[in-house]
Amino acid sequence: MSNVSRRKFLMAGLAASAGISGLGVAAGLAQRYALVPPDSGGIYGPGETLTYAAQRVLARHSLAREFPRSMISKVPFANSIPPLNDAFRRLQEGVFADWRLSVDGMVARPGSYSLGDLRRFPTRNQITEVVCEEGWSYIAEWIGTPVLEVLKDSGILPQARYLIYFSIDPDWWESIDMVDAQHPQTLLTWAMNDGDLPVAFGGPLRLRVPRQLGYKSVKFVTRLTVTDSTKGFVSALDPKHPNGGYAWYAGI
Amino acid sequence: MLVRVTHWITVISFVALLVTGVEILISHPRFYWGEVGNSLTRPLFQIPIPSSRATVPTGYAYVLPDQNGWSRYLHFEAAWALVLTGLVYVIFGLWTRHFRKNLFPASEDRTWPRFRSIMAKHLRLAPPDEADSRSYNALQRITYLLVIFVLFPLVIWSGLAMSSGFNAAVPWAVSFLGGRQSARTVHFLVSIALVLFFVIHVAMVALSGFVTRTREMITDRAGRQGRI
Repeated sequence: MSNVSRRKFLMAGLAASAGISGLGVAAGLAQRYALVPPDSGGIYGPGETLTYAAQRVLARHSLAREFPRSMISKVPFANSIPPLNDAFRRLQEGVFADWRLSVDGMVARPGSYSLGDLRRFPTRNQITEVVCEEGWSYIAEWIGTPVLEVLKDSGILPQARYLIYFSIDPDWWESIDMVDAQHPQTLLTWAMNDGDLPVAFGGPLRLRVPRQLGYKSVKFVTRLTVTDSTKGFVSALDPKHPNGGYAWYAGI
Repeated sequence: MLVRVTHWITVISFVALLVTGVEILISHPRFYWGEVGNSLTRPLFQIPIPSSRATVPTGYAYVLPDQNGWSRYLHFEAAWALVLTGLVYVIFGLWTRHFRKNLFPASEDRTWPRFRSIMAKHLRLAPPDEADSRSYNALQRITYLLVIFVLFPLVIWSGLAMSSGFNAAVPWAVSFLGGRQSARTVHFLVSIALVLFFVIHVAMVALSGFVTRTREMITDRAGRQGRI
């Protein structure tokens, strides 16, 4: 082995070990600052982690674009919804007077709220775009109560990391991190454009996450769970999951 | 060496992006201009294929299986690989003056008459002369520069402009393109341009000896005597 190739070999070794320890340090930092999404395992994990970490580092507090009233879509597109179950129909007959949103998990005061209770919190209206992962989109005005108000009222415990939210449909839920859960535009939406939120758009209550794709905005929401782990409620690669194998983070 | 390594990583990423891109496209094979567009609005144009969603009016009676879950995962992972590889390539290319030496048209070729004659020679399908086998001609150089510095940046930009998280942080990235649906349409059209380049590039490699050229691009062995 000549001197030159030995030097090259040593340099390559040094570079490789620097690279590996660099990756190790990066992984440690990512864990510490909650930059690793729940679906970071598997062959798609690296790409998913890069996307999530990049957006959390560079755009943690940015606001989804809001539009002028003139840009509201004349005919918004209501996507297909799963068949409504008996529990939903009974509540619908009572004009949703008995609809309740329960809050449990890592909160100081678990409880439940009627739609009237939700309307008494400070509310927010915003004209934002609904974007489906399929590619289509529309703009509507959404009126509701920021999830943050409800979480503040329930008292989030410091170990909380995720919010899981459930539809009245037993096979439908989603989860987001506390950054999005406490984001001012993340809305428990009960009105749209000029009236109550129609059933086709998720009425009487839809949790809208405008910085993520439409599939994170669950319709007919009845329960919020604050937790430190999405175990059992994320398996995004599991085809049985309501997402059918879709990425957990949908900010892209 | 770095040019060849980044070339092949780009090839792998590009093929992955292309396959998954087609899968994502068939869930809504309609394109719009402006901010919004959906099955209830008039498309700018429509690809006449069946869709993987029953809600899209395609005229076909059947619905293809939904492949968007893994397709989206792989699309973005491959996009990361392509962007990071591209960054390494561009920094390296500037550092070693690769662009100036090998891709920017040679000074004697930077005149209209000269360019026209190269063009004419190319269109007549004249056999390459000695100089052509040693380095890229002006036409090749301009094409490569366009692909590296126009098409790839555009496809990355229009792709990012569709991301809800990204355009929340950088709203002008999408408004400059005319809206989110415009960004999607630009993304599609630029992808078509890249596919055209890809097809012609591979055809040219095949014409000048597929095995030899590909071996050169992998090992650099036969090297220096010819370039595509």
